[in-house]
Amino acid sequence: MTQERIQPMQRFQQMYRNDRHLWRLILMIVVWLLFMAITRFSKFYSMINFQTMAAQFPEFGIMSLGVMLCMITGGIDLSVVGTANLTSILMGFLLLRLTDAAGGLPAFAIPLVFILGILIGGSLGLFNGLLVSKFHIPPILATMGSGELFTGICLAMTNGNAVSKFSRTYAKTINNRLFDLIPVQLIIFIVMAALIWFLISKTVFGTKIYMLGTNENVAKFSGLHIDRLYMKTYMLSGICAALGGMIMLANYNSARADYGTVYTLQCVLIVVLGGVNPYGGRGRISGVVLAIILLRLLETGLNRFPRISSYYISLIWGGVLILVMVMNYFTEHKKVVFREPTQPTLQKETAK
Amino acid sequence: MDTTRTLLKKLSRRNEPYIFLVLLALCLLIEFRSGQFFSSNNLVDIASALIVPGLFAIGTFLVIISGGIDVSFPALASLSVYATTKYLLDTNYEGGVWVAILMALAIGALLGAFNGLFIGYFKLPALIVTLGSSSVFKGIMQGALNSRQLTIIPSGMRDWGTSALFTARNPVSGLTSRMPVTFIAFVIVLLFVFFLLKYTMFGRGIYAIGGSEVSAHRAGFNVVRTKVVMYIMVGMIASLAGVIRVCMMQQAHPTNMLGMEMNIIAGVVLGGTAITGGRGTLLGCMLGTLLIVIVENSMILLGIPTSYKSVFTGALIIIGTGVSAYQVMHMNKVRSKRVKSKEAA
Repeated sequence: MTQERIQPMQRFQQMYRNDRHLWRLILMIVVWLLFMAITRFSKFYSMINFQTMAAQFPEFGIMSLGVMLCMITGGIDLSVVGTANLTSILMGFLLLRLTDAAGGLPAFAIPLVFILGILIGGSLGLFNGLLVSKFHIPPILATMGSGELFTGICLAMTNGNAVSKFSRTYAKTINNRLFDLIPVQLIIFIVMAALIWFLISKTVFGTKIYMLGTNENVAKFSGLHIDRLYMKTYMLSGICAALGGMIMLANYNSARADYGTVYTLQCVLIVVLGGVNPYGGRGRISGVVLAIILLRLLETGLNRFPRISSYYISLIWGGVLILVMVMNYFTEHKKVVFREPTQPTLQKETAK
Repeated sequence: MDTTRTLLKKLSRRNEPYIFLVLLALCLLIEFRSGQFFSSNNLVDIASALIVPGLFAIGTFLVIISGGIDVSFPALASLSVYATTKYLLDTNYEGGVWVAILMALAIGALLGAFNGLFIGYFKLPALIVTLGSSSVFKGIMQGALNSRQLTIIPSGMRDWGTSALFTARNPVSGLTSRMPVTFIAFVIVLLFVFFLLKYTMFGRGIYAIGGSEVSAHRAGFNVVRTKVVMYIMVGMIASLAGVIRVCMMQQAHPTNMLGMEMNIIAGVVLGGTAITGGRGTLLGCMLGTLLIVIVENSMILLGIPTSYKSVFTGALIIIGTGVSAYQVMHMNKVRSKRVKSKEAA
């Protein structure tokens, strides 16, 4: 991991390795789809079921994209849910103000709410970025603390009550389907995913954050402005989280301080399942998107078996996560680990 | 004079004096506002509120010292204590608490070994493994064991949880608080881990691994075995905390321990334990946990609505870790300056 010179042959191997992870996820999805086809075909394979799934996953899917960016730089963002809730509560208050007596919304309301939401998310993310870059707080602690802080502000503002009773127009707009086919939530997700894909694979910024994640010291001495990079990354993550919050606001038609608390760890789980190296420097958006889809398919599929407790889903998630990690260990680390048993720890040293 | 100055200098570089001062300031503030903080029953209340978070913090402290992080201990404790209570209830067990404790410890050791296996042998990142295993434990508990709240617990456990060492009475308000016997278990674990870390090769090994795994390996520590044994121990400590909590609450609730992990980690790190591993003292860890417990318990005495609790905890984490990160940065600067001046000479 240290000063690995990427030669054509190695690059080819690297691509093959990365792809192997993707193929494994695709295989899991196909197997699960086949299994559902055999056991519960009519209940699972319906248009409405797929539309529901496509409307459900964007709220935590977008948050996962943000966590992915942070993890590529070698950090993590545990404040996504706090950011999402703070944004959605503030925007909920704004929508309450904007709602007129007839229960409608002025035409500018929804774009305004989205722009403000993105600004709020961006500034909350920037706060995280400042803590990580200027104050040198380890990302896991900085974002854990700020997540707690944001949730605390939500609680203090609302006393733990839900913000609701604003115009239904907002929820209706977001829950709409384009051409009666594609849910709006999915469109937001696709736009954001495409944007991030473009950022990390086609721009200099992307190359830089991969470098930063591979080795912070090397990146610093190569003349990268690592402070600025951290701030941009966490800002992007904050924006992703805020968009997730806006979708949650629409899906529940209300906002509350404790909505989506399970998403924090779930996002981390998705990102790791998607093949992003938790020590930074490696990972692709395609893997993360596949992991999001896999988890949604698993959960929805399991719900089609009424006799199986839905609590088993967390058992399956954890099991899949550990299984994937162990499989990676056997295929990717095999040669290296047995020749030099300290390889993974060397990674950790540099990740600091 | 000289010795006191060097002592002061040494103290100012460590984290414990700062956290102690913050703690003292907070206590004095609460005392000043309410006049109730240093009353005997409030102190006893805080001590008994410290038992469970304190035990969890000891386990988390061990993991963080070794360079890992554990987010699975609430799920682990819930699962082992729930399985124990359920089994004892189903068999109509009437005896003492020892069977319950031993059984929970055994299950805890098994689940801890599960973590240790993946973290130690497969060298997977601790955060990811414990995330996964906490999900698995929750799934087993809520899915396979089909858990729901148990409102009755075996009589032995109930007696242990309610028996008191002594009772403190507040002469002003007339309120009484009992110091539970379970506090002794906490003190025993604390002393045990203290001696383990300070005087045994195993304990020093945990510090060494946290400092640098490669160096520890080269120095002759068996990294894999140390890690696995440590995770087993952590599992046992967490299970003990689970048993104590159930005994003290008089009921087994499957989910009300979940979600504690962040506050516990926060307390440990506030006490000056380096999140990257290798540095930290048990004293600091306890002070940090005490600070979190007092903030959580004494907001009412200060007249602050409880909805502000998270704001304070979050701010504490950010400020506390920010200060220690700043200290490290400052120390490194001083050191590099010293090296430079030496080189110049």
